[in-house]
Amino acid sequence: MNALVALQGVKRWSRDALAARVAADIPNGTVVNLGIGLPTAVANHFGPGQEVMLHSENGVIGMGPAPMPGEEDFDLINAGKQPVTLRPGGCFFHHADSFAMMRGGHIDVCVLGAFEVAPNGDLANWHTGAADAIPAVGGAMDLAIGAKQTWVMMEYFTKDGRAKLVAACRYPLTGQACVSRLYTDLAVIELVDGRAVVTDLAPGLSLADLQVLTPGVTLVGRA
Amino acid sequence: MIDKILASAAAALADVRDGATVLIGGFGTAGQPNELIDALVETGARNLVVVNNNAGNGETGLARLIGLKRVRKIICSFPRQADSHHFDALYRSGAIELELVPQGNLAERIRAAGAGIGGFYTPTGSGTPLAAGKETREIDGRMHVLEHPIHADFALIKAERGDRWGNLTYRMTARNFGPVMAMAAKTTVATVHEIAELGSLDPEAIVTPGLFVHRVVRIDRAATAAGGFKH
Repeated sequence: MNALVALQGVKRWSRDALAARVAADIPNGTVVNLGIGLPTAVANHFGPGQEVMLHSENGVIGMGPAPMPGEEDFDLINAGKQPVTLRPGGCFFHHADSFAMMRGGHIDVCVLGAFEVAPNGDLANWHTGAADAIPAVGGAMDLAIGAKQTWVMMEYFTKDGRAKLVAACRYPLTGQACVSRLYTDLAVIELVDGRAVVTDLAPGLSLADLQVLTPGVTLVGRA
Repeated sequence: MIDKILASAAAALADVRDGATVLIGGFGTAGQPNELIDALVETGARNLVVVNNNAGNGETGLARLIGLKRVRKIICSFPRQADSHHFDALYRSGAIELELVPQGNLAERIRAAGAGIGGFYTPTGSGTPLAAGKETREIDGRMHVLEHPIHADFALIKAERGDRWGNLTYRMTARNFGPVMAMAAKTTVATVHEIAELGSLDPEAIVTPGLFVHRVVRIDRAATAAGGFKH
């Protein structure tokens, strides 16, 4: 079935709505790392009663929002190299310490983008393998296997309409069996013991429709 | 008297030879020692092996060194950026070698060199193409990959304040690779914006102890330029 036909009448979650949903699911008081791309927007959606410590791989914890125009200081940037601010209590550290925080299991939740995810938690998000593509991995491999929980935030489909949730990743892996939850514009899916458990569906979308659009992967409804 | 302060970046890099391995600090433009890289260009040294997180931004600093074809090989984690066109062109034409390293492995391999560690096992990269051909071992039920230290002839880093013993402080996220790179080279050169009287830096706030630093050069303060992303 053509993805666009099947999705007629479905109200996809916007990027902002998705970011707000991820933010609401992050437990109060945790240490969180937001990957570059889609996950960066999560930082704009924490509620007033929600206190989290935002970690950025380049050596800052307690990261705050973007500065006011004209107040940018490019010695204070995030992993995407965009200017940020520092909250009271925040501090700086060198790269080996920053990655010790990841590898050592001191980050509670990281949210990453993805090219492909498999139900066993395998993640591919650094290289398409295309001949003229320049590979770049950054901190993705360290984060994916180091954080206590790795969540993925992504569009459900590629630009040419293929589901990014696949039986087995075809792109080079970032990490094995590391993703526990997927947030997409169509559904929220928990990956539990190799199964894809759909916990939320966008308004107007049925589990049966989503299953048709996700060949090779068995989607399970929440019991 | 111990005095590591030199009058110019050129004087600090006069003994760089062709083929040298050079650690260059910075995460994008933050902490990138542009004045030292310009001085490195002036030495005329070629066939360099450069270690940096990225592969240059725009036209200045590391991008300039790469664009002038002085770099034989780059060891980095994230070469692909919105403004890394000098690297992109050389890479696509096969004129520069790339060793891609996960960022935490890059930092730890540099730290290991400085700390006298012969190698370490890490779960990062296990089961991925970046671990291909490397020795692996299961530790506590989890697969680990053996990684080796990255030793260098020179480290070029940017700090904030320094004294004649080489003690350094940094500024915000410009610290990034500076402290670990300082440990890992035979000769570490640091730029600072201010030379402090010996004893005036708060001993509790010195980030890099002077024994890791061999040469210190004062440079004028200039605001760090934006780089690495689409405006």
